[in-house]
Amino acid sequence: MPKPKGAVTINKERCKGCDLCVVACPTDCLQLQKNDVNNRGYHYASVIAPDNCIGCASCALVCPDACIEVYKIMI
Amino acid sequence: METKDIITPENKVYSAPRLLNDSTMHYCPGCSHGVVHKLVAEVIDEMGLEHNAIGIAPVGCAVFAYKYIDVDWIEAAHGRAPALATAAKRLNPDRLVFTYQGDGDFAAIGTAESIHAANRGENIAIIFINNGIYGMTGGQMAPTTLEGVKTATTPYGRNVELNGYPLDISRLMAQLDGTCYVTRQSVHKPAAVRQAKKAIRKAFENSINRRGCSVVEILGTCSSGWKMTPHQANLWMEEHMKEKYPIGDLKNNVE
Repeated sequence: MPKPKGAVTINKERCKGCDLCVVACPTDCLQLQKNDVNNRGYHYASVIAPDNCIGCASCALVCPDACIEVYKIMI
Repeated sequence: METKDIITPENKVYSAPRLLNDSTMHYCPGCSHGVVHKLVAEVIDEMGLEHNAIGIAPVGCAVFAYKYIDVDWIEAAHGRAPALATAAKRLNPDRLVFTYQGDGDFAAIGTAESIHAANRGENIAIIFINNGIYGMTGGQMAPTTLEGVKTATTPYGRNVELNGYPLDISRLMAQLDGTCYVTRQSVHKPAAVRQAKKAIRKAFENSINRRGCSVVEILGTCSSGWKMTPHQANLWMEEHMKEKYPIGDLKNNVE
């Protein structure tokens, strides 16, 4: 049976570090950057476990600032 | 397969709506307004109404809604968005006319306009964000604030003997003959966001097809006003607000 494999890109300058995508992700792919900030001083979200991503788009749906793009394939 | 191989235009399943422009939203991190802006932009794009939509912006946190979604907008005086929407819809009966209002705008200063526009059965869609607080002015009590909740103007919690009861205005709207669709949704989880999008689409279709007034209440959060993190605010909303404001359709005359 084919399995979904996904990838996300995050527009880090638009991100406000609200953490909602991190909570929404069912496979724990995302985390806020602890030691880095974007040009407005927010700890932006970034992908820490790209292999876990299944392309479900939960993170993008709950993102209030529309900074996440989701890609998905079946392999 | 490498991650970079997946990131190609043909594999894209979700991106920011086309009608949401690049200006950074002024909302606090984690604000529900951003999600609802996204949904409104997506629905207008999917319905192909980019050139036929008129939005009425309120006063409140969403006052700059016209800066973020690329459709025609009118900025109303505080609470008067349904009155302005009445004029816009009567002059342009073929267009989608919607208002985007918060609870301070819709349920406090604009109660008369809201109720009478709905009672006249104006063919408009009302998107009503209820976060139970005045967010823009610094977290004062709104009519929709729950009993016992501490705000800047109720430091000991809302006392119903002194401040009255929380106002469930959507239930009031559902009793009016002019409304055709009244629903309450939330946007705190991916599944809830999908449901809210369907509700917004239905309301917009009712406006285009001139079936009467539609009200889509969306339970929002105000992490700054509630003094919580965005995630805590979502949990608090789910635990407390849904008791007083249960999710679901309150009225649906259109099948």
